[in-house]
Amino acid sequence: MAATALYAARRRRNGIAQGLTVVATVFGLGWLVLILGDLLWEGFSGLSLQVFTEMTPPPGSDGGLLNPIVGSVILTVIAVAIGTPLGVLAGTYMAEYGRYDRLTSVVRFINDILLSAPSIVVGLFIYEVMVVPMGHFSGIAGSVALAVLVIPVVVRTTEDMLLLVPNTLREAASALGMPRAVVVTRVAYRAARAGMVTGVLLAVARISGETAPLLFTALNNQFWSFDLNAPMASLPTVIFQFALSPYKEWQKLAWTGALIITLTVLALSVLARTLAAPRKTT
Amino acid sequence: MADVALHDQLVRPKSKPRMSVMDRLRLGDAVFHALTRTASIMVLVILGGVMIALVQGALPAFRTFGLSFLYEQHWNPVTERFGALAPIYGTIVTSLIAMVIAVPVGLLIAMFLTELCPLWLRRPIGIAIELLAGIPSIIYGIWGLFVFAPFLQTYVQPALIETFGYVPGLSSLFAGPPYGIGVLTSGLILAVMVLPFIASISRDVFEAVPPVLKEAAYGLGCTTWEVVRNVVLPFTRVGVVGGIMLGLGRALGETMAVTFVIGNAHRISSSILAPGTTISATIANEFTEATGDLYTSALIALGFILFIITFIVLACARYLLLRLEQRVGA
Repeated sequence: MAATALYAARRRRNGIAQGLTVVATVFGLGWLVLILGDLLWEGFSGLSLQVFTEMTPPPGSDGGLLNPIVGSVILTVIAVAIGTPLGVLAGTYMAEYGRYDRLTSVVRFINDILLSAPSIVVGLFIYEVMVVPMGHFSGIAGSVALAVLVIPVVVRTTEDMLLLVPNTLREAASALGMPRAVVVTRVAYRAARAGMVTGVLLAVARISGETAPLLFTALNNQFWSFDLNAPMASLPTVIFQFALSPYKEWQKLAWTGALIITLTVLALSVLARTLAAPRKTT
Repeated sequence: MADVALHDQLVRPKSKPRMSVMDRLRLGDAVFHALTRTASIMVLVILGGVMIALVQGALPAFRTFGLSFLYEQHWNPVTERFGALAPIYGTIVTSLIAMVIAVPVGLLIAMFLTELCPLWLRRPIGIAIELLAGIPSIIYGIWGLFVFAPFLQTYVQPALIETFGYVPGLSSLFAGPPYGIGVLTSGLILAVMVLPFIASISRDVFEAVPPVLKEAAYGLGCTTWEVVRNVVLPFTRVGVVGGIMLGLGRALGETMAVTFVIGNAHRISSSILAPGTTISATIANEFTEATGDLYTSALIALGFILFIITFIVLACARYLLLRLEQRVGA
């Protein structure tokens, strides 16, 4: 009797635990559905051609998001242009030249911390080293702040992807008499290309929604501006400003901007995933 | 002598053009090596630069207020008296609320994904969880402000006040009118943000358990729950704690999602329904409006404190995850 009672209790406990795991998963996915649902609903109702052709409006009138969209693109492109080469080179050192170095393990540790360090702190850092000496907010400061966020992502994926390249490839190339630099650039890079591109895409996805580091570097700009030396508009900062404003038109535009950012980020991560997929299965 | 001649012949290429090609390649190699090494040192320089810049910026504030900056509650730009206690308190309480919810739920999701989920469903659910992790924090912020906070204000918070408002011990936690925005709302939003990180890291960690161990336990007649409780969790304890701390690091430093819904009130209230502030929200809200060097410096000092706290948490997290990796590898 005691045995069957114990058995029943164990089964009951197991049933409860299993039920809870299902509840937890539904709960977790429910948020995704809720947030995306609201975002699509609110964002699409404000989406029109006007959004992409007109400047941000003064309070109380209609307008679009053209200047912040262009600003975001400029800031992102420059950030990637600065961050990618640095990240790739650092990752290359860690995987190719200094694989067993003490330096490599230290850099890996620090890089992993930078990877999840609060982005607002990066904003403060760039404020101190660029905005204060220059005397004003500027687009280039915003780009550098974003580049600091790009670097750790690219370092991490470059190193991981190069470590996946079989050593036999390198040995074969070396046996043909290639110097190390040529082995790395012509053989290892080519074998790891898809993964490295994935890393850059993930980095773009990460910075395209970043707001905190831009607040006090690139600031914001209501007008059409390509000047990197002047404050520059960007989608996230405009969303921040508009969402917290009391004006209905601005709030509507904030939702639309949020939808644009989310769709961009989701598209980038899907693209990155499909690029990385064949590498994982083989 | 013959030996030397032979050796020379072997080492030195015969023709001049070939020698210059070799030299060029060797030079290129050395340059490339130096370049990559410099780049990886740059990563260290950046971290060092962040530290130095923050310390330098924070120095005036620390010099003026000394250690009292850490435990003073005043935050008055007019009289230029600043203390970081309210933001520090807010940061810790919101993160605590987030972890209390996200840790159990995240672990249960990981258990579902590794032990119970049918194989064909694993990948879609895994991807969905990762998408949740990829949504930029400002989206959580705007959603929290326009959808979640009003919902809490109309439905959840009145019920909480009704239920716990007169229970001794709990009444002060749930005191005051339902504002919608406040500490509890921020904690909940943070929980949703951190949840996918904890879930996906725990899943990866659970998957590292050697199948033999689990099969042996199942073979003894253990139930799924018993296997997870007595085999998987003990084996992965270090990694799970590492994953949780990684999530905690995110929660502590999260800015935009919190800034929208915390209310930015520099006071410490016993009620979690009241508005408050966190370190990052204070910086985001006030930095561009800060007039006066001391005000700016106080905000940078806040950033420095945040950086130190998250640095310690993240370093512990990485260390623990590394330890698990080594054990699984061994």
